[in-house]
Amino acid sequence: MSFLSSWSIQPVTPGRVFKICLLLLLLFFTVAVVSLFAGAADITLVTAIRDLLPLEADSHKALTPSERSILFSIRLPRVVLAGLVGAALSMSGVVFQALLRNPLADPYILGISAGSAVGAVTGILLGAEIIILGIPGMAFLGAILAALVVFGIAGTGRRLETSTLLLTGVMVNAFFSAVILFVFSISDHLQLQRAIYWTMGDLSLADDQAIIYTGFFLFIGMAFIYRYARNLNILATGEETALQLGIPVGKTKILLLTAASLVTAAAVAATGTIGFVGLIIPHILRLTVGPDHRILLPAAIICGGAFLVFADTMARCLVSPAELPVGVITALCGAPYFLALLRRRLST
Amino acid sequence: MTLLQSDDVSFRYHGPWVLRHVSFNVEKGSFIGILGPNGSGKSTLLKILDGILTPQEGMATMDGRSILTMSRRDIARRVAVVPQDYAGIFTFTAREIVLMGRSPHLAPWAFEGKRDHETVNRVMAQTDTMSFADRSLEHLSGGERQRVLIARALAQEPRLMLLDEPTAFLDIRHQVEIMNLLKSLNKEEGLTVLAVTHDINLASLYCDRIILLDGGAIHAEGPPAEVMTTGNIEAVYGLPVVSGNHELTGRPVIMPRIEE
Repeated sequence: MSFLSSWSIQPVTPGRVFKICLLLLLLFFTVAVVSLFAGAADITLVTAIRDLLPLEADSHKALTPSERSILFSIRLPRVVLAGLVGAALSMSGVVFQALLRNPLADPYILGISAGSAVGAVTGILLGAEIIILGIPGMAFLGAILAALVVFGIAGTGRRLETSTLLLTGVMVNAFFSAVILFVFSISDHLQLQRAIYWTMGDLSLADDQAIIYTGFFLFIGMAFIYRYARNLNILATGEETALQLGIPVGKTKILLLTAASLVTAAAVAATGTIGFVGLIIPHILRLTVGPDHRILLPAAIICGGAFLVFADTMARCLVSPAELPVGVITALCGAPYFLALLRRRLST
Repeated sequence: MTLLQSDDVSFRYHGPWVLRHVSFNVEKGSFIGILGPNGSGKSTLLKILDGILTPQEGMATMDGRSILTMSRRDIARRVAVVPQDYAGIFTFTAREIVLMGRSPHLAPWAFEGKRDHETVNRVMAQTDTMSFADRSLEHLSGGERQRVLIARALAQEPRLMLLDEPTAFLDIRHQVEIMNLLKSLNKEEGLTVLAVTHDINLASLYCDRIILLDGGAIHAEGPPAEVMTTGNIEAVYGLPVVSGNHELTGRPVIMPRIEE
């Protein structure tokens, strides 16, 4: 612990941000490679490398067409999407926590993920798929709606008390769950089967389109939010303080809220609601790399990605050859973690 | 020379007027105390002077220019505010908090440079906060935390420092420590100080001028010897008092009148 705390109090410089990111990227790629070669079909790293290298001509050691298809058409897109979605949820968790000044503010707990899911499901029902970005667009509307409710309750100036945050989240979630059930009950069977995925958090539908738009919005949101990284530090110390230190708080909050909701919505539109990534990862990282958002944001992006890739690998392998929705794994890890955190907060 | 001016300022939230026709000048290099009972509009006045609230009538000007025409960033380069206490979350260290004071001088993407770190080292030495620079703010005592917040305000390199009851949660020794620090910054660095306080005697001992607010209007304004009279204090606070003089400085001190 003394090693960790001495590590986190060093001044934040671009060099240190770069070094930590490099280290964490190494972790991410390790997890990603492990995930690629874990699963029911027994494909080893060695055969895959042999297959990719044109040096050896003995074809019997290379991948069979079906193995190649499993590796590159099924597992690889899934790992990529898991990485993007985990990064997106983790980053928006960091932003919501700083803006609401409460480390328990996670897009799933606040109901912003549920809002996105309602938007996406309604989009499917209305046939919004024919429009480009129709589904993520609808998810974004739902996310903004939920975020407005949460931030409306939090009001301006005050920090959101834990009990208020939890009650608001429970109510927002209850409302949107009811809307989803309502939408299910009036949709026909085919649409229902497609729509049910949004509520379970599932990566098995990973397709190129989802990867492209999640990646696109993640990178837009990331660039945009990182510009305000230093302001997020100051906002976390209080809104009035932020005004006094020269930050136009109203404008900055709206911009960050919109960006974080957009990134959450893109993730939910691609995979449905996956909980707790935005809670666990930022919390662990604040203890290791410190609370400065200039390091915390990129670290949360990379580790959020790595965590969800890991969780999805568990979801694929635990009950192999069957599969669990990845949301089951993150909730199994996240809910006890959340309760432990809550207990500590309430006791201090 | 006048640095800041409150020009016929009137303000209300939604109900009755909180401030009524408040006018005064803050001369460069002065140390001014704002006194008044609870609800007399002291904190509201500070927010108007800092451009956070917009008065319905009148205006606050700095160097003759309305505060409201300046961006938050422009204001933060000139005016620093020290709050009653730190209310943030996450475990920022004292140094990280003081570094935040450099924010109004930094471009959006920029990291703090050499000059910023030098400034922070200097103000932390001035406020005697260096010894706990790497400790988290929540593990500091009230007095230590308050010195960190003053250091953050100094890191802004402001021309005017506004303080909202900076000693409210401190014991008498730490109160005097903070006031001595402010006085030395005022004398040696020429920093203009405007402090809202509940402690009428500390204000009398440290301030050049005192503004006594009552029900949102100025009841009396001037040097402590003129303002701190039993008549003024009894009228404003509605409390019978006796007055005396401080043995060393000769400044007025006020005590409640109680029978033995």
